[in-house]
Amino acid sequence: MAIFVEYIMHTLLSELKPGEHAIIKSIADNAMKTKLIEMGCFPGEELYITKIAPLGCPFAIYVSGYELSLRQNEAMNIVVERLN
Amino acid sequence: MSSSKKDLKVVLLGNPNAGKSTLFNALTGLNQKTGNYSGVTVDKLQGSFKYKNNSVNLIDLPGTYSLFAKSTDEEVAVKDLLSQKEKPDVVIVVLDSTNLQRNLLLATQALDLGMRTVVVLNMIDEAIYQNINIDIDKLKDLLGVNVVAIDSRTKEGTEKIKEAIVNAEVSRNKFFDVTSTIDYAQMVNSQFENSNQIELQKWEENDKIYRHKNIKYIFGLCVKSPEQLKLKERSTKIDRIVTHPVLGYLVFMALIFVIFQFIFYVAEYPMGWIEDAFISLSSLIKTNLPAGILNDLVSDGVIAGISGVLMFVPQITFLFLFIALLEDSGYMARASFIMDKIMRKFGLNGRSVIPVISATACAVPSIMSTRSISNFKERLITIFVLPMVSCSARLPVYTLLISMMFPSTIVLGFLNFKGIVLFGLYVLGFAFTLITAFVMQKLLKTKEASFFMMEMPVYRVPLLKNVALGVINKIKVFVFDAGKVILSISIILWFLSNYGPGNAMEEIEQKYTNAEYVHVAEADPNYHTDFIASKKLEASYIGVLGKAIEPVIRPLGYDWKIGIALITSFAAREVFVGTMSTIYGANENEKGIQEKLMAEKDENGNLKYTTAVCFSLVVFYVFAMQCMSTIAVVKRETKSWKWPTIQFVYLTVLAYVSAWVTFNVLQ
Repeated sequence: MAIFVEYIMHTLLSELKPGEHAIIKSIADNAMKTKLIEMGCFPGEELYITKIAPLGCPFAIYVSGYELSLRQNEAMNIVVERLN
Repeated sequence: MSSSKKDLKVVLLGNPNAGKSTLFNALTGLNQKTGNYSGVTVDKLQGSFKYKNNSVNLIDLPGTYSLFAKSTDEEVAVKDLLSQKEKPDVVIVVLDSTNLQRNLLLATQALDLGMRTVVVLNMIDEAIYQNINIDIDKLKDLLGVNVVAIDSRTKEGTEKIKEAIVNAEVSRNKFFDVTSTIDYAQMVNSQFENSNQIELQKWEENDKIYRHKNIKYIFGLCVKSPEQLKLKERSTKIDRIVTHPVLGYLVFMALIFVIFQFIFYVAEYPMGWIEDAFISLSSLIKTNLPAGILNDLVSDGVIAGISGVLMFVPQITFLFLFIALLEDSGYMARASFIMDKIMRKFGLNGRSVIPVISATACAVPSIMSTRSISNFKERLITIFVLPMVSCSARLPVYTLLISMMFPSTIVLGFLNFKGIVLFGLYVLGFAFTLITAFVMQKLLKTKEASFFMMEMPVYRVPLLKNVALGVINKIKVFVFDAGKVILSISIILWFLSNYGPGNAMEEIEQKYTNAEYVHVAEADPNYHTDFIASKKLEASYIGVLGKAIEPVIRPLGYDWKIGIALITSFAAREVFVGTMSTIYGANENEKGIQEKLMAEKDENGNLKYTTAVCFSLVVFYVFAMQCMSTIAVVKRETKSWKWPTIQFVYLTVLAYVSAWVTFNVLQ
């Protein structure tokens, strides 16, 4: 049940639309994790999508005081919760 | 401490885009040189300056986001920082004042190393402009070292940095979890040891999250900015155009078009001046020095070689001028952003577009420009495939051979048939550029984990001094590094085509200048000179080589004469036309050589240059890596002979097989 709640509550960063704000909940446990943390994406940090490239990838987000661009496979590692 | 005379080793550490290079340029000016880190493709930028009694040797480390390296560049930076042999005396951590939160991660890591450190808040003017208020005294207190705010664009504050360097201290504060009682420097070092990397990675994650919390606290106390979570308005406005689904690509194409015009057409003027200047210099030396082998070596071999190296300087200058402007202004990240998905399908990178397009002018500057591709694998693939893009040096070869295949003008509607064939050759080259990249992406395995995350810097007006110094460094690297190889090969080629085994050359000179040929010389002196030149080339070492490779190239429809031209055109592809003219005694006259070639008969009395032979030749030139300068520059950029060798073999085999197929299908 808890997993199910988590599943419907949480969204992947790659599912957000431009302009949507969200807060980082967790980051998938793989080699990309430390790099993402290093770039300012860590649980508890707020972000929003600034733009998505014309062909749907990469994503650009505003996080930790600057704009970061990531490819879809990278954005998929970040679990977020939408803020409204 | 600053009273005694001292040599200080100082390193500049900072995130990419933190303005490290601007500060480096402001501190050292023209006192800088580009060197190598052994075994890697990263340039080592060193400079020096004097302050009071100290002479400071400053090293601009490659940009890094953390002390736990995620790429070759970062590894080089961290290893140099931690070097046991030449431990830096002082570390300068350069921070982007407008982006302190993320930048402080690296700063706190550096402070935890326990080295004498100075923190520099760069671009403080930009922060003030954006209403970001930084309490520098409080920051000094919390970081435990001297913090100097500067505007490196106006050089304001550089004196303060020099003063801070000589008085630098070790921070008393710690930013890692001190309850874990570890030696932080030891932990950083362990990433290069065969320790438990998974455990280290876990530790690194926790350490970074811990740091971020610390930084949030520091940031909250020292920085007052009006609005959180907001991008600069100017950048957002510009981005609305340059990343727009239609306008974005139009802007990009317009910029490419301008670059193209400059490296293709405008660069031709200075290239012509360089060529003319060296021709005059050569003839000046020829007439004023005593005749002999030394005179020939200098006037024909060395000077032609140097001229061949310097000829590239205009194109390199223009290309890097534009690239530096696009990079420093922040636009390049946007171009990469909109092009990335298309290029990635072929294993290339958003930043591969400019190298690929500029390779239609010349592969040499475009290979050098791949430096901006931070992902090593994608950079290597880009370098590898670039020589297949038809460059301008191939144009004279294509033009001659296409005119021979289709001597009369055939017009299909409003299209010129020769134009269509020429276009087809470019398409063929492009197609194989992409196919090869696609295949390499699947085959190539790299140790380095690939990350594509990149910062989208805010737009800034490029600083002329930075752009100029960047271009100057590129030219120096090319002339002194790649130039050595180009000069050596061109002297070898000169020797091989001007000297022959035994006294073969003298015999020809004697034979054709004795009494029975006097009437020929008198009747048509030009013809006679060309005739002797042709006979001499045949008798030279290159002539011997051309004949030696004839069995190999016969299946492609070529004879030893073409063999000679294939070897000499290794200097530069367009030399093919000149060599063929010499062999056929029709010097430097394209129309003349075309007629002579078209009249040439083979041993059976049939026309030698059939469509099959000509087509086979153009296809060979589309693929073959017939260019010593490209090889030299690939060697310089990949720092080993491994990649230029693999590339040369691949392209030669591809050229050979394609030419063989073409010849046999058309025959």
